[in-house]
Amino acid sequence: MRFVNGRQCTGNGAGSWSGAEVGAAFTHEKDQGCLGSRGACKAEKGLWVMKHIAIGILGAAALGFMASAASAGTLDTVKQKGFIQCGVSTGLAGFSAPDDKGEWQGIDADFCRAVAAAVFGDGTKVKFTPLSAKERFTALQSGEVDILSRNTTWTINRDTALGLNFVGVTYYDGQGFMINAKKLPGVNSALQLSGAAVCVQSGTTTELNLADYFKSNKMEYNPVVFEKLEEVNAAYDAGRCDVYTTDQSGLYGIRLTLGSPADHVVLPEIISKEPLGPAVRQGDDQWYHIVKWTLFALINAEEYGITKANVDEMKNSDNPEIKRILGQEADTKIGTDLGVSNDWVVNIVKAVGNYGEMFDRNVGSGSPLKIARGINALWTKGGLQYAPPIR
Amino acid sequence: MASQEILREEPSRGSFINDPKIRSLFFQTLVVVLLFGSIWWIVHNVIDNLQRLHIASGFQFLRGRAGFDISDTPIAYTSDSTYGRALVVGLLNTAIVAVAGIITATIIGFIVGIGRLSQNWLIRKICTVYVEIFRNIPPLLVIFFWYSGVLAVLPPPRESFHLPFGSFLNQRGFYFPRAVWGDGAWLIFVAFVVALGMAWFVAHRARQRQMATGQQFPVFWTSVALIVGLPVLAFLLAGMPLTFDFPKQSTFNLTGGFLLKPEFLSLYMALSCYTAAFIAEIVRAGIRGVSRGQTEAAGALGLRSGPILRLVVVPQALRIVIPPLTSQYLNLTKNSSLAIAIGYPDLTATAGTVLNQTGQAVEGVLIMMIAYLVLSLVTSAVMNVVNARMALVER
Repeated sequence: MRFVNGRQCTGNGAGSWSGAEVGAAFTHEKDQGCLGSRGACKAEKGLWVMKHIAIGILGAAALGFMASAASAGTLDTVKQKGFIQCGVSTGLAGFSAPDDKGEWQGIDADFCRAVAAAVFGDGTKVKFTPLSAKERFTALQSGEVDILSRNTTWTINRDTALGLNFVGVTYYDGQGFMINAKKLPGVNSALQLSGAAVCVQSGTTTELNLADYFKSNKMEYNPVVFEKLEEVNAAYDAGRCDVYTTDQSGLYGIRLTLGSPADHVVLPEIISKEPLGPAVRQGDDQWYHIVKWTLFALINAEEYGITKANVDEMKNSDNPEIKRILGQEADTKIGTDLGVSNDWVVNIVKAVGNYGEMFDRNVGSGSPLKIARGINALWTKGGLQYAPPIR
Repeated sequence: MASQEILREEPSRGSFINDPKIRSLFFQTLVVVLLFGSIWWIVHNVIDNLQRLHIASGFQFLRGRAGFDISDTPIAYTSDSTYGRALVVGLLNTAIVAVAGIITATIIGFIVGIGRLSQNWLIRKICTVYVEIFRNIPPLLVIFFWYSGVLAVLPPPRESFHLPFGSFLNQRGFYFPRAVWGDGAWLIFVAFVVALGMAWFVAHRARQRQMATGQQFPVFWTSVALIVGLPVLAFLLAGMPLTFDFPKQSTFNLTGGFLLKPEFLSLYMALSCYTAAFIAEIVRAGIRGVSRGQTEAAGALGLRSGPILRLVVVPQALRIVIPPLTSQYLNLTKNSSLAIAIGYPDLTATAGTVLNQTGQAVEGVLIMMIAYLVLSLVTSAVMNVVNARMALVER
């Protein structure tokens, strides 16, 4: 069991999840969900289609009209305007979704707050831009957002041809399949899916993995492709397709929003690596380093037991490593060399806690999602989360 | 005379700044220079910025492996095909739904438009209600009506509706037997073409005879007999080389046969119904635009109401109808991009996916714009030819 995102396939399903825990606004995955009622969603859809096309054109236009002279660094621009513009999803519980007060919650949203805390010493100096899967890269490339923190899979193509720089991995995920076990008794492996109609969202790595998986296993399938997460959910629930595929953490969440969650099972196969992480534009090393080391600071803070609650006491710790991380070493230049203040890690932890706290609060045991740390645990606890030393 | 000479001389006597010819030349040149200058500036800036941001540019990506699958592929396509081929598939899907929609919309539109002028109260009112409903609803909602309201509530594959001739209807689409042609099937096709030629010849001679002698010939029934009879004869002669591939139940879906998917069906039905409402109004306007005196004069010459409509009213109405009809055809073609909302892989959807997988927004949007421009220009060109043939021939 390599990936322990949520509980593995349990056959009958419901487990300890309850609809009330999760709430109505539970949507997941690489694209947006629609948080309103279904009717409201449909009304929005026309607008959305327009917006989706418009952003491509605007992005193209932005590239056309942007001053071609070398612009000021992102850090200076951000400091000048007084906040960080953060690209998030349009509603993916646990990663980035507005709560009932309209505040953005989730790992991805909190990561942007951490960067704001590092830069301004104030985690609230963030403005969020909800982006669909298709809009996200153009928005970052054209400078509409300063960070793309939107459950986006890190791939070589995105790092090179798209002109982005991924700073690391905030969540290790993998793609899986979900079926309606009541309608398809006897199917308990993805290898039995030849001939099935598969619902998938377009413009994602999921779509590509799906094609590769069926091809390499010499199976046929019938793709039913939608642009919007809400559409994929509705189509799967209505029986337009037999199989739903997306990241496993998403499947468990989506299952809860279906008519009768107990009927649906997540198949055991995981067919891809989906390292999700924040990205910035290429060509601005200082900004890249700030965002990257914000992530490493979060992970290091967890490793050394620095939490939101004890960060002030920790400043007086005897451990030289902790003192160095928190900028308490005499004549330290770590923070100022990075371009922020020396107590940057203190500010980060005060704003959002360490990586473990962020995980538990948003997707882990403290959240309705209740996803186990699994491979997202620290390297010292058998997971993959590892950060270079702050020194 | 003297005053005329003065008028003619005056411009050349003034400064060249006041010369209207030179002025207009100057301003036209200025506009052209500014236009091309700004285009050059924008293009240059785009290239410059793309390089500065380390974003890949150019159209080499079209030769790359697409890696994703498309649900409706009129030409052979797999995930190993190129991005370029994926775009062609999208373009063909747009063209298919546009052509099918245009044909159906025109047929429904003419029926409803003529129906609105019917003497029969019920027919007239039904047609009015149809037009008012579909004309006043956004096309996107009509698409959702068909997709979510009609096709999504059909039964799942295992409980399909059984229709005559081995067809099935379920929420995965409309399945019907596919004709599989055997050896010698070409004979049937040849017979069909020959029959068409003969029908045309009969019609031509019948008209000549009517012009010369006034005697009429039953052209319609002769043509039907030819066009149906000859291929049937050929079919029998060739030893009935036709079998059917019937859809059958399998683990997940029905397999075999021919499948029209609900995404295509709902888009096609929605575009047809929606545009037909506008075409109906255009047709009604066209018929109303023909002077009543024409009908009365034809009646006075002894024509019955059928021939009056066919020979006097409709040919004149078509001259009014065709130009606005062209606009409706263009609208339908462009409205087909709403397919993106229900997952029909048209040009917009496919190009959007390509754009996102390659990250080349500028090229992707450019290709989309050019493709729709070409589609629209082709439609316009065809309709202009039709219009030219229908236009009043002035002597």
